[in-house]
Amino acid sequence: MVSNLSPDFSGDRVAAIVDELVDLEGPLLPILHAVQEEFGCVPQDALPVIAKKLNLSRAEVHGVMSFYHDFREQPAGRHTVKICRAEACQSMGGDRIAEHAKGRFKVDFGQTAPDGSVTLEAVYCLGLCACAPAAMVDGKVVGRVDEARIDAISSEVRS
Amino acid sequence: MRLIQETDFGTPASRTEKTVTLTVDGFEVTVPEGTSVMRASMEAGIQIPKLCATDMVDAFGSCRMCLVEIEGRRGTPSSCTTPVADGMVVHTQTEQLKGLRRGVMELYISDHPLDCLTCAANGDCELQDMAGAVGLRDVRYGYEGDNHVQTRNGDQPNMRWMPKDESNPYFTYDPSKCIVCSRCVRACEEVQGTFALTIEGRGFDSRVSPGMHEDFLSSECVSCGACVQACPTATLTEKSVIEIGQPEHSVVTTCAYCGVGCSFKAEMRGEELVRMVPYKDGKANRGHSCVKGRFAWGYANHKDRILNPMIRETIDEPWREVSWEEALSFTANKLKSLQKDYGKNSIGVITSSRCTNEETFLVQKLTRAVFGNNNTDTCARVCHSPTGYGLGQAFGTSAGTQDFDSVEHTDVVIVVGANPTDGHPVFGSRLKKRLREGAKLIVIDPRRIDLVRTPHVAASHHLPLKPGTNVAVMTALSHVIVTEGLMDEAFIRERCDWDEFQDYAEFVSDEKHSPEATEAYTGVPAGELRAAARLFATGGNGAIYYGLGVTEHSQGSTTVMAIANLAMLTGNIGRPGVGVNPLRGQNNVQGSCDMGSFPHELPGYRHVKLPEVREIFESLWGVEIDPEPGLRIPNMLDAAVDGTFKGIYIQGEDILQSDPDTHHVAAGLAAMECVIVHDLFLNETANYAHVFLPGSTFLEKDGTFTNAERRINRVRKVMSPKNGYADWEVTQLLANAMGANWTYTHPSQVMEEIAATTPSFANVTYDLLEEKGSVQWPCNDANPEGSPVMHVDGFVRGKGKFIVTEYVATDERTGPRFPLLLTTGRILSQYNVGAQTRRTPNSVWHDEDRLEIHPHDAEQRGIRDGDYVRLASRAGETSLRALITDRVAPGVVYTTFHHPGTQANVITTDYSDWATNCPEYKVTAVQVTPSNGPTEWQVEYEEQAKQARRIVHAEPAE
Repeated sequence: MVSNLSPDFSGDRVAAIVDELVDLEGPLLPILHAVQEEFGCVPQDALPVIAKKLNLSRAEVHGVMSFYHDFREQPAGRHTVKICRAEACQSMGGDRIAEHAKGRFKVDFGQTAPDGSVTLEAVYCLGLCACAPAAMVDGKVVGRVDEARIDAISSEVRS
Repeated sequence: MRLIQETDFGTPASRTEKTVTLTVDGFEVTVPEGTSVMRASMEAGIQIPKLCATDMVDAFGSCRMCLVEIEGRRGTPSSCTTPVADGMVVHTQTEQLKGLRRGVMELYISDHPLDCLTCAANGDCELQDMAGAVGLRDVRYGYEGDNHVQTRNGDQPNMRWMPKDESNPYFTYDPSKCIVCSRCVRACEEVQGTFALTIEGRGFDSRVSPGMHEDFLSSECVSCGACVQACPTATLTEKSVIEIGQPEHSVVTTCAYCGVGCSFKAEMRGEELVRMVPYKDGKANRGHSCVKGRFAWGYANHKDRILNPMIRETIDEPWREVSWEEALSFTANKLKSLQKDYGKNSIGVITSSRCTNEETFLVQKLTRAVFGNNNTDTCARVCHSPTGYGLGQAFGTSAGTQDFDSVEHTDVVIVVGANPTDGHPVFGSRLKKRLREGAKLIVIDPRRIDLVRTPHVAASHHLPLKPGTNVAVMTALSHVIVTEGLMDEAFIRERCDWDEFQDYAEFVSDEKHSPEATEAYTGVPAGELRAAARLFATGGNGAIYYGLGVTEHSQGSTTVMAIANLAMLTGNIGRPGVGVNPLRGQNNVQGSCDMGSFPHELPGYRHVKLPEVREIFESLWGVEIDPEPGLRIPNMLDAAVDGTFKGIYIQGEDILQSDPDTHHVAAGLAAMECVIVHDLFLNETANYAHVFLPGSTFLEKDGTFTNAERRINRVRKVMSPKNGYADWEVTQLLANAMGANWTYTHPSQVMEEIAATTPSFANVTYDLLEEKGSVQWPCNDANPEGSPVMHVDGFVRGKGKFIVTEYVATDERTGPRFPLLLTTGRILSQYNVGAQTRRTPNSVWHDEDRLEIHPHDAEQRGIRDGDYVRLASRAGETSLRALITDRVAPGVVYTTFHHPGTQANVITTDYSDWATNCPEYKVTAVQVTPSNGPTEWQVEYEEQAKQARRIVHAEPAE
């Protein structure tokens, strides 16, 4: 088991989050969201705490957490840029945009820039096919992305 | 002989009685409502291709191989998830279906290695079979794309590829062969109930993950092997299959570990055992197993196993290997001369709860018919003798009232003094399954056993009583039920003696038995106890399961009676889902008791003083049977120290390690002149033996074991005895060397003798066992098919007997010198004294006994986790390493007794049950102090054992 404690990780805090949400129907997803909200990621050491409190196995919690790409094991950079890699966007030049973004941010998909400024992620359909290629910057969707927009986003997140 | 192939119906059987009729490929088939189309087709003999379905787990519908067409319905539904309907017309093979299946198969194979010829599953691979079934001839996608198969993609390492996980000693996990059917994950959840596996990731990233992407050994996995059995490919494979290859024939037999008595197919290649696979038709285990039964059989070939007879004049000499003839004549002469010098009562036997009914019957016959006394006892003395006595008094039979299937109908379960997930794992899994379905659980145990809280199971009430206060707690439960008027009066009036009940009711209603009054010394919060009593009395079918935590006390028999009272009080006797269920420790402890192993009882629990019973055996055996009961184990040892008991034949038991007060046992054995140990290994008792007769394993003989549910299961020989003789043959050789003239040529003849003499076995024959698979005694003219549930219309003794159960505190009390209470137990991976399991890789899970101690008690004594501590009682002292945990309450410490080095029984005292002498293992006042290593006794013992185990090998014959 690899331990990757985020600096502020606290088992007690995770336990407190679970206590707050345990009475919800199907509490695991809200708990994982709340933990990520608190620590910027779901540290692996949080999973056994959650499992024990909910009377689940470690495996089950890991299975749920790893199913959802948005739950991170490591905190993201200060900004998150997601580029749609699904069919409609690909047909509108998404591949070219993706390559350009990788070069521009100097990271691959799923990676965070060494200076912690930005995390680049692939996403499969943002529901914005009419404005393909699409992207999402810190939770806000951006349509008709081209190289110039990527450059603009890049200077924004690096500033 | 051939390899037994059990039909896989794809989905579990439906339990409804209503049937529906449908047509599958033109054939009409009638099945219970709720059956899947897949299962119905299989019933009709038509196998629909499938990968993710298997009948040990519920339908999942993920593999898309089992699609069918149903007239009048759109699309191609998956047959595993579609229930049958009356008049349904199903087509399993159409042009459209063929194309779909082949397409799906192509995708599977495009991400699967093509190494079938060198693959361990070759010949036993469902993926291979299905590729054949759907006529896969080509994979249009090629194998070059994204995959989990190759270590490298071109010049880049393949990030999707994962190395084989070989951490588990018994099986391997090869992710590159996984088709993500989830069968292993579902088997772990639904069958075993551990939830150690999951599918991590999603889409093409999905892989099976033990724990949180851990290896199997460090995950929550308990190595039951259900996942390996469920896997349709070579992803999860027994290491023995990888080493040896596929088996070619199999034989159904019965596991020789605990009292659950699981049926297994021993899958063989020649005389080599390849693997044990639990048998679906096994009525105790229903196709499930634990780590011991499935995997821990390597001891049969362990280098420590002794294969030649050995003798010595005195125990400080080394052993001398001799021929069977010499060993037997040496033994017979010694025994005869002892009887001549010291009287016929100076020798005796101890029968084994590990051996078959037939073997046990012969050993007690040896002492009764050949030695001419009743000096026979068995290890049940030290475990469930109070069960025999207590239930005999209350109900009229010395056995549990139910079968294991009964748990599927129970609504409230009391588990008292038992730890099923460790001690009786397959029953534990069946219980957990019922609890997940909604049954309620009450745990009465000083320790927080796993069942109190484990994924998806939580006890409604845990009553953490102080060791030794069982009677007070059980009586307090009855107090609440009687005083709150929650008893089942109709049942009591009809089935029990009403006057006796009124006496009993008056007794329990006394305020001094109330939870509030007893809380002070039981430590159980009164409110919690009241709530538990109300739940049990009003929650529907109530069943009580108990173990040695009940019996191994000075008031063991009283607690058993209190349990019987509680069951009668609430009307929980005589139907499925209820009852009193002792979880018996050893594979054949029920059988060894049934077979007349006790000194006062002939087979079938009939007192030896009864002339009409003696007459049955006397006329058959042509001897006179002593009407006086013989000696119990502790009496034999006392008599040995006094110089009146001189010789003993011990079959398959290690009394030095397993019996209480080791010093006393050692002194008794040392005082004897002829100790004969008949065992697989030079066990601890053999250090004091003069004759060692090598034993045979359960794989090497025919016979029967009787499990905790009175089920008589066949044990079948799958290989020749490595020592030359099955154990029953050795006993016969010894009897004949003593002058008897026994002529058994097969254990079935012994069973005929048992049936002829013992009413509850009257109709048991090997033919019947062959036909039915197994039967539960009583099996006679009144119950020709056996008796799954007892006392259905009335108690065996007539009216059920309420017995007053006054709590008397044990004399073993804590005080300033010994302020803590020690209680003992066992762990999943090890079995009893560990003679077998320690000689298997099971020791990776538990390689030493640890002392569990509460953080508070540890801190007071300056003990840190893992420190060596000295554990001392009035009887003796030993040392072992501490494990700090809040599973035990403050004031209580706990250990297992699987390792001889620990010598936990040096600590236990000679206090015992008032009725049966069952030792009080579960309560010993102790002190724990820091220590820096083994005690003097441990060092001396180790040295003595080393000396005593020296062997001079026989010269090879010319």
